[in-house]
Amino acid sequence: MTKKLEGNVDIEALKLKKGDLVKEVEELCGENLFGCYQCGTCSAGCPFIEDMDLSPDEVIRYIILDRKEVLNSKTIWLCASCFTCAERCPRDINITKIMEALRQIILRKKIDRTDLTEITKDEKETIPQLAFVSLFRKNIG
Amino acid sequence: MKLSYYPGCTLKTSAKNLEKSAFAIMEKLGHEMVEMEDWTCCGVVSSLTDDDLMHHLAPLRNLIHVEDAGDEQVITLCDMCYNTLKQTNLRVKEKPDDLETLNLFMDRENDYKGTVKVVHFLEFLRDEVGFDVLKKMVKNPLKGVKIMPYYGCMLLRPREVAIDDAEEPTILKDLLNALGAEVIDNPFKIECCGSYHTIQQKELVMNRAYRITNFAIERGSDAIVLSCPLCRFNLDVRGKEAEKIYKSYKQVPVYYYTQLIAVALGLDPEYCGFDDHAVDPTLLLKKKGVFEK
Ligand code: SF4
Ligand code: SF4
Ligand code: SF4
Ligand code: SF4
Repeated sequence: MTKKLEGNVDIEALKLKKGDLVKEVEELCGENLFGCYQCGTCSAGCPFIEDMDLSPDEVIRYIILDRKEVLNSKTIWLCASCFTCAERCPRDINITKIMEALRQIILRKKIDRTDLTEITKDEKETIPQLAFVSLFRKNIG
Repeated sequence: MKLSYYPGCTLKTSAKNLEKSAFAIMEKLGHEMVEMEDWTCCGVVSSLTDDDLMHHLAPLRNLIHVEDAGDEQVITLCDMCYNTLKQTNLRVKEKPDDLETLNLFMDRENDYKGTVKVVHFLEFLRDEVGFDVLKKMVKNPLKGVKIMPYYGCMLLRPREVAIDDAEEPTILKDLLNALGAEVIDNPFKIECCGSYHTIQQKELVMNRAYRITNFAIERGSDAIVLSCPLCRFNLDVRGKEAEKIYKSYKQVPVYYYTQLIAVALGLDPEYCGFDDHAVDPTLLLKKKGVFEK
């Protein structure tokens, strides 16, 4: 099953070695992805599931299978770190941290997801400050 | 006893009304809450990669300032500040090596000894004041006002920092009961409102706001009560905007719990800063006769 993912990251340029994705993710987040038995609880409770191209459990499977195109999925940027999946996983896997690890793999190569110049003056004046700090922390390396 | 308060940047800008109403309540209760000195933004979201110690620096620096001032606890009003400060506090307690590394980066500060307790204001009212005490002080009961409690994420998850049960929280319900309101339950009460996506994916957040609130309206809710400044913006402002997408939808007022307490205790509505909302929160209170007593 191949899905067309929307992202704009040149995966080659990230220079991840073959078979290295799961290692890299595990190092960043300290979670054991192989503990996942693909029950789908995480995906069932995710408030953003309808807009995602890969469900959270698919993300885990993609990582394990070294399918690096997961880095081009909308899902990893839609995840707002609400911790619902992490709270409910019967295997105690912190998917919230796995999503962050995937974002970090990209951001740490100095590839930003948000272009600050796109934020308008009106938005800066009306939206609460904590939204901006969160957005920058999540989308800018 | 003087209580140390950590505001965070949003309480000083777009959520001044949350701060003002909280201070009014504390004064009424006879507690002296004082803004801590020398605070900085905590960074809002907790560091989620294990090697990223850098983003624990800001929360830790604030905790050190509290400790150095001789305070045992620090009270926050913003849910996200609460969550972030508390997660850092936990991490350095669980991983002394990390604390040692972090302490190396503190030039002006002393080393952190780990004595500070991070407390959310709502938690303080429940555990230190007691909702039964508040109940006895109510002058204008919120009688006949049907309200849905909305918790969002940061008070409940991750479990280690939660102030209540992660799946079936009751703290806002218990508070509303004490204030005399009628509580409307809603399974969406613990679902994320869309958070920072409110900047770049407005429609997504409008949709979240609509889904959460509409369910409450269908169950008879007149209003929503919550605690987080970002949730307030998303449910109130983006919810109002959602009226354009969903034709029969009519946004209901969104209150901070502190505003409802202030109203119920009969404090001057001036303290509530009701002007800063997209849907005027005073109309419902007038209609239900809460204000006119
Ligand atoms: S809930 Fe846990 S075990 Fe189930 S699919 Fe998600 S990560 Fe895997
Ligand atoms: S943390 Fe992310 S993936 Fe998990 S439920 Fe929340 S939004 Fe979905
Ligand atoms: S979490 Fe938000 S309100 Fe709190 S200090 Fe940081 S930016 Fe400010
Ligand atoms: S619902 Fe949204 S704004 Fe509210 S606490 Fe959760 S993430 Fe933050």
